[in-house]
Amino acid sequence: MSMKKLSPYVGWLLLAVALLVLAPAVLSDFRLGLLAKYCCYAIAAVGIGLAWGRGGMLVLGQGLYFGIGAYAMAMHLKLADAGPGGVPDFMALYGDATVPGWWEPLRSGAFAVVVILVLPALVAGLLGLAVFKRRIKGAYFAILSQALAAAFAILLVGQVKTTGGANGLNNFQGFFGYALFDPANKRMLYFIAAGILLVSILAMAWLYRSRFGELLVAVRDGEERVRFLGTDPANVKLAAYVIAAVLASIGGALFVPIAGIVSPDDVGVVASIGLLAGVALGGRASLLGPAVGALLVGYAETSLSEAFPGSWSYFQGALFVLVILLLPGGLAQLLNARRGNSVSSRFLRGVPRGKQAQAELPRSASEAAPEEAAAR
Amino acid sequence: MTLTVNDLRVEFDGFVAIDGVSLTLEPGRLHFLIGPNGAGKTTLVDALTGLAKGSGEARYRTRDLLALASHRITRLGVGRTFQTATVFEELSVLQNLDIAAGVHRARWRLMLPRRGAPERVAEVMETVGLTELADRPAGVLSHGQKQWLEIGMLLVQDSSVMLLDEPVAGMSAEEREETGELLRRISPGRTVVVIEHDMDFVRRFADVVTVLHAGKVIAEGTAAEIREDAQVQLVYLGEDA
Repeated sequence: MSMKKLSPYVGWLLLAVALLVLAPAVLSDFRLGLLAKYCCYAIAAVGIGLAWGRGGMLVLGQGLYFGIGAYAMAMHLKLADAGPGGVPDFMALYGDATVPGWWEPLRSGAFAVVVILVLPALVAGLLGLAVFKRRIKGAYFAILSQALAAAFAILLVGQVKTTGGANGLNNFQGFFGYALFDPANKRMLYFIAAGILLVSILAMAWLYRSRFGELLVAVRDGEERVRFLGTDPANVKLAAYVIAAVLASIGGALFVPIAGIVSPDDVGVVASIGLLAGVALGGRASLLGPAVGALLVGYAETSLSEAFPGSWSYFQGALFVLVILLLPGGLAQLLNARRGNSVSSRFLRGVPRGKQAQAELPRSASEAAPEEAAAR
Repeated sequence: MTLTVNDLRVEFDGFVAIDGVSLTLEPGRLHFLIGPNGAGKTTLVDALTGLAKGSGEARYRTRDLLALASHRITRLGVGRTFQTATVFEELSVLQNLDIAAGVHRARWRLMLPRRGAPERVAEVMETVGLTELADRPAGVLSHGQKQWLEIGMLLVQDSSVMLLDEPVAGMSAEEREETGELLRRISPGRTVVVIEHDMDFVRRFADVVTVLHAGKVIAEGTAAEIREDAQVQLVYLGEDA
């Protein structure tokens, strides 16, 4: 393989060393636990990078899928804690101390894992079919996806007896037979989260190099054109959207034993935008940008909240504005600018070059692009 | 394969853009569509490729194109280009052609990376003269090169009907000449339909010319016949001529 093809893997290797060797060596257990939490966000962010950065779909509601994974895991953990036939503690507190029928299957750990992987794919698949086949895109798609995340959070809040309502689900004792208060098991959870993050980035590297990756960029930059090349762009977008949903769900599922709680606040609109902020900061179209950005935003949130309590949402808003105004390609853009516009830097590039070129060379009104023609 | 258009009508909110056009588009000849602005040339191509709704019939290989979605029409072998060359600017010339070649690949192979240039793609790059630029992003190509790339995309797909919307508009004289030669090279065995304004170009390369005016076919024949046609002269030169 040439140096150009290797460069993204060098970045990946650096990240792997930092996460698997450096961090466990220098961080306290408490800080490592926080990093594990950021890794969960980063896994979701990797999926957002695919859907938004490469696919051009502004997925404003990934909290929905993060939440599906998180709640499925949390329900299983609560049932496992309660023991065979047992009732989770909060149900005795708020309800009539019976386990609802739709909770029962989640007593099985294997079934919970299936739900975590398959349910988001089903939901995203159905939603995607309905949306992309009707050619709903841009802001309409973004608003729709955000509304769904909001609706999901509201639904959870309303079901105090079965979902813990606004308090969410918490106070987990064990994770597939391992005690969660044991520091050794907490470290193991960190390694699982970091490992899955690294594997998901590798999977993206493969996808971006595959013909699917090229086709996805083509759909992003000229959806209508792809149609006239014999491919229904809806199917391409659907695939990317489903992968992003599953990654968000995996991130959510791991988040639960690591954070020790999941509540509607972790799945709603604000949480969804939080996931997006890291992706924007890191560089949405780059391979490592979304993950690194999510880790940085997670770290910034903790340290700023420690230094200036209650200030984080202002910082997050400011960060969004600054990135979008000054650095649309995210941090990856800085790296890219330093390297020049070589072909290899495609992996780390933020803003589609075609868009820049269009901005520089206004077209005459008489030359109607097919996108516009399709709208007529 | 002949594409037969029968009594095609296209209406936009009561405005009749195509008013009962019947055409036979046969393979092996360069068929030019001409007509003043607003005659309905592009709309005709739009209707045949699923971009505009039309009534009537467009029969090709036992199917009616008017009833098919755009991507299915392409898979049937009917390809088109656009007035503004619309290539994927951020992708390389090679990638652009490779994506077009995707119609002939099994779906699952999307999951594999591309290795080098597939044979057919390499051949076509040679045909349209873009081999040297294979790894350049399509966005940096000149206007003419983009049009060639678009024609190349149809060639990789091996479209048997090619509908080209003003492929030489904005090209230099040399580029026009090269494009004309290219069209001649690819037309045997295919149906090549070209929308064009430049009458010199039409005269040099057309085997058949159809003249559209206000959504209707007003004349059809060789370039020489068309030039002699009184109605065509009236449309192009106005009442005073």
